[in-house]
Amino acid sequence: MRLLKTGRWITIVGLALLAAVYVRALAFTPLERFQGAAQKIYYIHVPSAVCAMLAMGLVGVAGILYLLLKDPRFDRFGEASAEVGVAFSLVMLTTGPLWAKPIWGTWWTWDARLTLTLFLFLLFLGYLLLRGAVTEPGLRARYSAVLGICGLVLLPFIHLSVYLFRTLHPEPIVLKPSAPSLPSEMLVTLLFSFLVFTILYVGLVTQRYAVSLLREQADPHA
Amino acid sequence: MPDVWRHAWRLARKDLLIEFRSRTAILSAVVFTVLVLMVFNFGRDPTAVAAIDLAPSILWVTFTFAAMLALNRAFQLELENQALDGLLLAPVSRSSIYLGKLIANLAFVATVEAVGLPLFAVFFNVSILPVLGPLIAVVALATIGFVAVGTLFSAMTARTRFAELLLPVLLLPFMMPPLIWAVLATAALFAGHPLSAVTGWLSFLAAFDIVFVTLAFALFPATVDE
Repeated sequence: MRLLKTGRWITIVGLALLAAVYVRALAFTPLERFQGAAQKIYYIHVPSAVCAMLAMGLVGVAGILYLLLKDPRFDRFGEASAEVGVAFSLVMLTTGPLWAKPIWGTWWTWDARLTLTLFLFLLFLGYLLLRGAVTEPGLRARYSAVLGICGLVLLPFIHLSVYLFRTLHPEPIVLKPSAPSLPSEMLVTLLFSFLVFTILYVGLVTQRYAVSLLREQADPHA
Repeated sequence: MPDVWRHAWRLARKDLLIEFRSRTAILSAVVFTVLVLMVFNFGRDPTAVAAIDLAPSILWVTFTFAAMLALNRAFQLELENQALDGLLLAPVSRSSIYLGKLIANLAFVATVEAVGLPLFAVFFNVSILPVLGPLIAVVALATIGFVAVGTLFSAMTARTRFAELLLPVLLLPFMMPPLIWAVLATAALFAGHPLSAVTGWLSFLAAFDIVFVTLAFALFPATVDE
């Protein structure tokens, strides 16, 4: 199937470029003065976090479009995006504590941003669990669209409630109103990594979408 | 619109009548609430943690669990003898079915809370009377938020496998923002802060209620239409 092959190729290119991100981050980007080598994880952690947020947002958008147009393609895309989102959230939730232990002295704190992302992860899991518990395809598509939309609406509320608490998490230094405040080598590495993670997202979602399509063709009633 | 309300009221009345005649679910929920309160008593070291420090958490964890128990029941009721199909064939709009279920669930949860609150005050020696008015406002606003989302989700999970397990998994993340605000507001009230200290939390709770009641109202038809 062509779609599956295309997805596979995009993913392979993404993985090769990911290796290049590591090489660039470790060998050609300067050490951060206070955090030392621990800061290198930043080039994986931040892009995967951004991609996880993007994936969740797109699950909600796919839900809205599905309910409006009843096109099964949006449902398949929502499922694919949620699964890939779980993977990216897991990367974010493992790299975060790995960095936090030497820098903060603790694996986990009930900090605003950490709590927000844990919720995000659990919402994704709930979405996939709901999909697994419904056998009828039409019903499954509508239920998951409803949950995806509710999740999209919930995110600003979680955001609002967690920001009432103090935070240890570093503030954004790239996506903020003023100019990015990090050396240009680091910025280039980060932007490169953003690009690679976006390619990986596209590649993985394309593959997952193709798998859903094949499964439907093999068994139209499941 | 008056028709929607009339039908919703009829539907809620039907649910509450079934509840009132059998009394199994409401009694189970009340007994469950008392048991959770008792578990909390043994779950803390009384020499290390004063009851008042833990009081807001005890109150809200108990109410959250009790609400979850009530919500599981809402659409399970309609699965017996395919009552849901009958309900969907009836000449009432989908929105009035949602409103009816919402009203019935709110009445159910409010009853459980009305029993739980005085027991909580007695068991943990918290004087709730001086702050009763604002406390009821906090409880009411938070409960509307939980139950609005919970009613929508229970319509979906009732027709899945593992309904009792799936509803809490889906619903708890959605209960979290109102729960955080309710706990903070309750703690402020028990600490004797003036009413002005909690108006911020109350307006957050109200905003959550408005958004999610509207959203659930709009999305509900998508969960029952064939």
